[in-house]
Amino acid sequence: MHHFRAPDARRFISASLMIGIAFVIFGASFGVLSVSAGASVAQSCAMSLLVFTGASQMSAVSVLASGGTVASAFGGAVLLSGRNAVYGLAMSPVLKQGSLASRLLGAQWVIDETTAIVSAETDPTTRRTGFWISGAILYASWNIGTLLGALVGTSINPSDFGLDAAFPVMFTAMIAPHLRTSAGRKAALFGAVAAVALAPFMPIGLPILVSALGMLFGMKPTSSEQPAMTDGAP
Amino acid sequence: MTWTFVLALSACAYGLKLLGAVIIGQREMPLVMQRCLLLIPAALLAGLIAKDTFTTGQSYAIDARAAGLAVAVLATWRQLPFVVVIVAGVGTTALIRVFV
Repeated sequence: MHHFRAPDARRFISASLMIGIAFVIFGASFGVLSVSAGASVAQSCAMSLLVFTGASQMSAVSVLASGGTVASAFGGAVLLSGRNAVYGLAMSPVLKQGSLASRLLGAQWVIDETTAIVSAETDPTTRRTGFWISGAILYASWNIGTLLGALVGTSINPSDFGLDAAFPVMFTAMIAPHLRTSAGRKAALFGAVAAVALAPFMPIGLPILVSALGMLFGMKPTSSEQPAMTDGAP
Repeated sequence: MTWTFVLALSACAYGLKLLGAVIIGQREMPLVMQRCLLLIPAALLAGLIAKDTFTTGQSYAIDARAAGLAVAVLATWRQLPFVVVIVAGVGTTALIRVFV
């Protein structure tokens, strides 16, 4: 965290600002939807500050907004955040050199995009520079977006603006990188079919947890396929 | 939404990040577990898309949301910028609600 090289730093700042713009928009959408699902502005901001993993946050709000059980909303969100543990494995050498305090802070910034930025580099100093710069910019972008969205969300009715359709639209943008592998496509097909087929027979939200069983397509080793990472949201 | 929910989810999400980045670190996590964890978004997000597009509560519904999804899928497939995907998808649903 101490010795940034200026050319690297500038490169990472401009790359992170590009993603940051998407994060502000995405965060704002989360803020609007979260408030319209019954969360307060403070709760929505606390989610983005403390949870800071977009798919989980959106998933929780989506299940609660459609009248789902709290357990389903919680379970789905936690399952979705499980991938950050895997990203953390790859990121641990980057965090290892810092103090305990910096590792504890850095862990919060281990998301799809910071992992993608770090994974594209090989030099340890460059990787560290990339991680801290992208982490700080994306964390700020996500939280600024959330605050703006939550404030706007208190004064509008989402279905007037088609914002309830923002859930599937957001999830579509998020899922795209995960469909590059055949295991990903099988898991997605299973997830979609399970959610629709079970909807009438289970409490709202619970079919989503059955959808997650699509992860078991990962039991079988795939040839040379690399796992995907999302882009566009933390 | 309750504060208990917010704080419990925060603890779990941060705990999982910490587990990989600091606690397990460079020791081993079984590959099969890594593959499964990385497949959860594909499975669960697809479930959420299906739920949010084709159901209302426990009933099926095909409405303006399906048209919004179709436009969003098309825009994503064409690799249009993220902002375009959202505006086109959400805008389609809103326009249909206004005019139909």
